[in-house]
Amino acid sequence: MFGSGVLKGLGVTLKEFVSTYVDDIKKIPSRYAGGRHELDQSSASAQTGLFTVQYPEERRKLAERFRYVPVLIYDAGTGEDRCTACGICAKVCPPQCIWIVRAKDERGKPMTKPAEFHIDTSICMNCGLCAEFCPFDAIKMDHDFEIAAYQRMPSLLFDLEKLRVPTTYYARIRPTDWADEEAAREAEKAEKAAKAAAKAAPAARPVASAAIGDTAAPPATAALAPRAALTPEEIERRKAAAAAKRAAKAEPSDTESR
Amino acid sequence: MADTILQTTTSELPFADAVPGAILEQAKTGLVIAADKLRELATYLREQQGYDYLSMVTSVDWPQYLEVVYYLYRVGTLSPDHPVTLSPDPLVLRVRLPDKANPELPSLYSVWPGADLQEREVYDMMGIRFTDHPNLRRILLWDGFEGWPLRKDYKESYHEEDAKPFKSRHPDGKHLWAEDRVPWKDNTTYPVGWDPDLWTSPQVQYRKIMQVDDGNGHGGEFKTDRVLVNMGPQHPSTHGVFRMVVAVDGENVVGLEPEIGYLHRCHEKIGERNTYIMNIPFTDRLDYIASMSNNFGYVLAVEKLTGIQAPERAEYIRVIMAELTRIVSHFIAVGFLFNDLGAYFTPALYGLRERELMLDLFEAAAGSRMMCNYLRFGGVFADLPAGWVERAKDLVWNRLPRVMENFENLMAGNEIFETRCRGVGVLTAQEAIAYSMAGPMLRASGVPYDLRKARPYSIYDRFEFDVCTRPEGDVWARFRVRMDEVYQSIRILKQALDGIPAGPVMPPGKKQYQVRVPAGEAYGAVEGPKGELGFYVVSDGKPNPYRYHVRAPTFINLTSLEKMCIGHKIADSVVILGAIDIVLGEVDR
Repeated sequence: MFGSGVLKGLGVTLKEFVSTYVDDIKKIPSRYAGGRHELDQSSASAQTGLFTVQYPEERRKLAERFRYVPVLIYDAGTGEDRCTACGICAKVCPPQCIWIVRAKDERGKPMTKPAEFHIDTSICMNCGLCAEFCPFDAIKMDHDFEIAAYQRMPSLLFDLEKLRVPTTYYARIRPTDWADEEAAREAEKAEKAAKAAAKAAPAARPVASAAIGDTAAPPATAALAPRAALTPEEIERRKAAAAAKRAAKAEPSDTESR
Repeated sequence: MADTILQTTTSELPFADAVPGAILEQAKTGLVIAADKLRELATYLREQQGYDYLSMVTSVDWPQYLEVVYYLYRVGTLSPDHPVTLSPDPLVLRVRLPDKANPELPSLYSVWPGADLQEREVYDMMGIRFTDHPNLRRILLWDGFEGWPLRKDYKESYHEEDAKPFKSRHPDGKHLWAEDRVPWKDNTTYPVGWDPDLWTSPQVQYRKIMQVDDGNGHGGEFKTDRVLVNMGPQHPSTHGVFRMVVAVDGENVVGLEPEIGYLHRCHEKIGERNTYIMNIPFTDRLDYIASMSNNFGYVLAVEKLTGIQAPERAEYIRVIMAELTRIVSHFIAVGFLFNDLGAYFTPALYGLRERELMLDLFEAAAGSRMMCNYLRFGGVFADLPAGWVERAKDLVWNRLPRVMENFENLMAGNEIFETRCRGVGVLTAQEAIAYSMAGPMLRASGVPYDLRKARPYSIYDRFEFDVCTRPEGDVWARFRVRMDEVYQSIRILKQALDGIPAGPVMPPGKKQYQVRVPAGEAYGAVEGPKGELGFYVVSDGKPNPYRYHVRAPTFINLTSLEKMCIGHKIADSVVILGAIDIVLGEVDR
């Protein structure tokens, strides 16, 4: 029959129309009772009726990996920035919206912390590459997406003060990532402690030193320490040491086992 | 050098007997063709060798010459009876033009009409003139634009440095705002002798669409006038900022020309400034409805160059994401096709609603709903979060089949829809191939060409699915093919979600932000939701690609728009355009 297809289609819309109300009535407690709240819409088959979220009163539960403009993490206990101004985030940023000025001490030597850190959030494309490649877990993507402002400058140009958030905030918005990173950090610390113990042991017990030196602790133990702990001077010193070592390697010697 | 050419002149070079002197050299990356013999060879290849599908035309600005690159395939040899015939590797033709001041070569429009828009793009971006092209004028840029942006010596306004990362960002951080860099100083080039007082805006010469003979005999006894109608750029039926210049005789379309470029940002130039990894989030912005597919094509191209192999689990994740993206894109395409027909927003919003659930999955895995930026060279950005596979399974098994049933009831049988779509915008199989159509557009004309089957990439050869085709070639067939492809995607998803192995999602080793890409070139293509989405990447070993070209399926699909619309009512041109399913982010790049 001509028109049966149209009627069938209208049946679908009618069903949708009714089911939205039925769904609302059936929900206990009602969606609108006791103020608005955060909606968790993560189950596909359980989703019926209206999908619309009555923002801003209602909010969707954000996925943990949700990313918005970056933030800089500082240690909640010590207040110290994790950022060492290494500049990897500025190098990897696709729209080049990060720029960093490295801090200098009184003698003009560069220090491992930023003096200025700017992110132009008006051109940030929220890609998350900075957070992905930061070796110190210092820059992370935020969950706060409500940064609308009237002017681009200075409202959307975030400086160090505006970007800093404590580790506790980070642990709250990304509990899984935080737990993983903490576990990795603990493991690394334990490894470092074990290495240090192994290194200290030969000094205490000179008899066993040769055996340990040959097997467990190769000469590069110090170089395996995370670079977070290195100051520029330390890096320079190590570079010089490495160069000296290379020079020494040219002529055969037995100093390597130390 | 001269010796090697002498040695390989006649016998060893392919097609030397048929078109002597056409092929100068058999390079590793293709056949180097003499410009004056190009059309003769092209005709021979199409007529005698079965290379009926001109997939891509692009160009590279080498230091010594400009090079035009053609990618040819055999597609017509596939028939509905043998849908799985493997299409061999592409035949790559390269024409080198040493005269950079006045580069010229014959147009291949008469051989493959699909070269139309692509040659115009090459002209627009590189300044290479194609003689005998019926309508050689700028396409993405405006007609008064000066310069050829993709040439290596071209510096755009606000140009800062040739390649990222810019030195001003670290460690001294002397950033200058774009607004502070005065555009009329040293970073803008004006033509020699240009005088703003004497300047007048250019006269756009549309193809003579007003003088087209009305062979359709419309009008009859009524006296009708020819009128030029500009539909767009701000028009709800154009799906974005797109303009159709339509010549109408009464209500009948007698000529049409697509005008695009309103969203043009020279994606390819940006891509050549970027490092390899920076390009991944930029590809998200091409077809913003299908960002995972875009990532996929690009990482495949770069992986071909670097030789990185993604681990098993990552391959599965990629396929799952690509298929979810296809479903999202087809839901939107189908829903908005109804929008164009006047079924305002009910089907479109039903489609968007289901899309929400898939975007939720993208958000949970990648962190973003539309601009996913999820794939990396050699894998994906992060493993799926806990519970993701269960959520996806719930969606694929319990919800999507139900949704499709609803959609069938809502849309497929609708008589108004059928009468508006059947027999509208017909392309025969030969025409579809000649116009380089891709994706559902091609398959709706009865050509079972699907890259997932024809040239399987990633792990698509492991899954069982069908290539959906319809013989009709009209708007209704395009709708039907998209609906059928959703069923096939669900099939693939079921297999992939069941078979996804545990394991790493990136190759072992530290994640690298500076990818070392050896010199060479690669073309990585995926069957995106809208057609063959290809990325042509040329590397010279530096951290930035030397050439980066996107074969945008919707852009090339627009080539046949005029062909499909002529003879129909102007209201039907809206539907025909809707059935192409253009996304202006990709068309304009």
